Amino acid sequence: MTVALENNITTTIHGDRVSLLRVLGPAHVWALGVGIVLVGEFTGWNFSADKGGALAALIVCWVVGLLYTSVAMIDSEVTSTVAAAGGQYAQAKHIVGPLMAFNVALFLVFAYTMLEVSDAILLGDTIVAKAGVEGLTHNSFIAATIVVLAWLNYRGVLMTLNVNFVITAIAYVSIVVLFFSVSPWTQGAVLKLNELVTPGNALPYGWIGVIAAFQFGIWYYLGIEGTTQAAEEVRSPARSLPYGTMAGMITLLIAAAMTWYVCASLMPWEYLGITYYPLWDAGKLTGSPLLENLLFIATLLAALASANGCINDAARAWFSLGRDRYLPSWFSAVHPKYRTPYRSILFLLPIALAFAFIADLNQAITFSILSGVLQYTFMSINIMMFRKKWPLGSIRRGYTHPFHPLPAIVLFCLCVVTFFAIFLGFGSQLIAMVAFYFLISLWFHFYRYKFVRRGDQFTMPWPKPQGY
Amino acid sequence: MSRYTPPEQSKAGQVFDIAVVVVAIFVALWLPLKLGLAGAAKSIDALDAKTWEALGQNPTMASIWEKLGYTPETAHDIIQNRFHYIIDWPTLIIMAAVLIGYFVFLFRASDREYRDVINEKFDDK
Repeated sequence: MTVALENNITTTIHGDRVSLLRVLGPAHVWALGVGIVLVGEFTGWNFSADKGGALAALIVCWVVGLLYTSVAMIDSEVTSTVAAAGGQYAQAKHIVGPLMAFNVALFLVFAYTMLEVSDAILLGDTIVAKAGVEGLTHNSFIAATIVVLAWLNYRGVLMTLNVNFVITAIAYVSIVVLFFSVSPWTQGAVLKLNELVTPGNALPYGWIGVIAAFQFGIWYYLGIEGTTQAAEEVRSPARSLPYGTMAGMITLLIAAAMTWYVCASLMPWEYLGITYYPLWDAGKLTGSPLLENLLFIATLLAALASANGCINDAARAWFSLGRDRYLPSWFSAVHPKYRTPYRSILFLLPIALAFAFIADLNQAITFSILSGVLQYTFMSINIMMFRKKWPLGSIRRGYTHPFHPLPAIVLFCLCVVTFFAIFLGFGSQLIAMVAFYFLISLWFHFYRYKFVRRGDQFTMPWPKPQGY
Repeated sequence: MSRYTPPEQSKAGQVFDIAVVVVAIFVALWLPLKLGLAGAAKSIDALDAKTWEALGQNPTMASIWEKLGYTPETAHDIIQNRFHYIIDWPTLIIMAAVLIGYFVFLFRASDREYRDVINEKFDDK
């Protein structure tokens, strides 16, 4: 059996210590990040048009793109230095403290599990819509999706992310094919942007609608930070993680811009804002059966890739909590043959199934967004503390992001705007979720933390942080 | 600083802790759905005249709606279903206070725990 690199990332099976396998390269990191996120182009982003109009959806596409560029820059620096499974959880543990790490891991698990739920609902609804059979429901498709993908994750990370790479690439190519098939350089033939987005309807709610649109604008890119979950399974974290994450972000910015342009040029904003399948509808509206079928298949593949990556990431965050005894250590077992966090994968399976049947698509999306924005708020403060506790030159960083502290300030300000946007539609859900995090934090701080070994949590070979 | 040795948790205790977390997750996510608190407030601004013109749709928009299988009557509830953004200041202030209070607690309590971690880790050397 392989000996682990760090003494706390192993589990012991029949006397042998086994750990997660280091088998992934930059392409897998790209596939994990883009695979999780790309489904956002196929559904979800368009609800921002409902909240603020077609032009608001474009504005938030770019402004939220700036938010995520900041996330990717910050994340690349910290993760290339703190390369451990759990991603932002491991960062919080080394930089802020155990309670923050516990919360960050829960943000991750909630964001990814609810995103997985959204993906499964989308996949089921898309199949039902295509079949057009009276009485056919999405339930069996949702259950099959979640169970089969959990099994795939149970069997091994390399196979899981190889599958993700292929299906993500096909889904991405379908957007490029759609874009070039509609002659994007010519208006009037297929695309009719000037007639669909007019001065009278571009911002139907004014600027308050633009701010409200931030809520679903997050969906263009939510999950790109999930690349860091593979930190213990990539061969060269310092190189692969920044490269895969930044390449993923560039890929997504291009896809988001193409998606908005084609969809806003093919359908009225009122319809665009409520459809579950904007790109599939765009394919239909071109009048080409080939494009319609291509975008139908791509919608399914994007949902599959996203759910697949989400199971991978949520399970690793949960596994990390067990490994550090923040939750019962039973969750920290690594499968002796497949080398996956199999108990965490199996534990989260029924939770995902339950919410897939009780929440609808935009509610599940909102749950995911809420946890995501809480996490980004943490990240903006985390990088400031990281630079203060270990200034440049004091430790070896795999990547150093430029313009510090500007990306952190931009990220924090955009998070505040997004909280306000969520308040405009889903304020009670936000308060309920924060109340949950607050209560579970009290439980952890005053009870659960007594089971945690203190000094063992700090595993990086760094000097003592400044100020301590 | 003396090294902290955590107590061993019994199997029953582990199962109980898992149950606490699962129940908390379901309460936080499921309760807003059950109480009908989830979802944005939209309402239909009904129109008497259900024509594409009255619905603010130009000929290009109307042709696309028709291609999607809608008539002015069936599209009416989609087009006229609008958000009414009203800032409820007391709720906004409560939300802001809850968020700020949560983060302040997180950072302060984390810092106390972090000091123990650092002291134990670096005092061992």
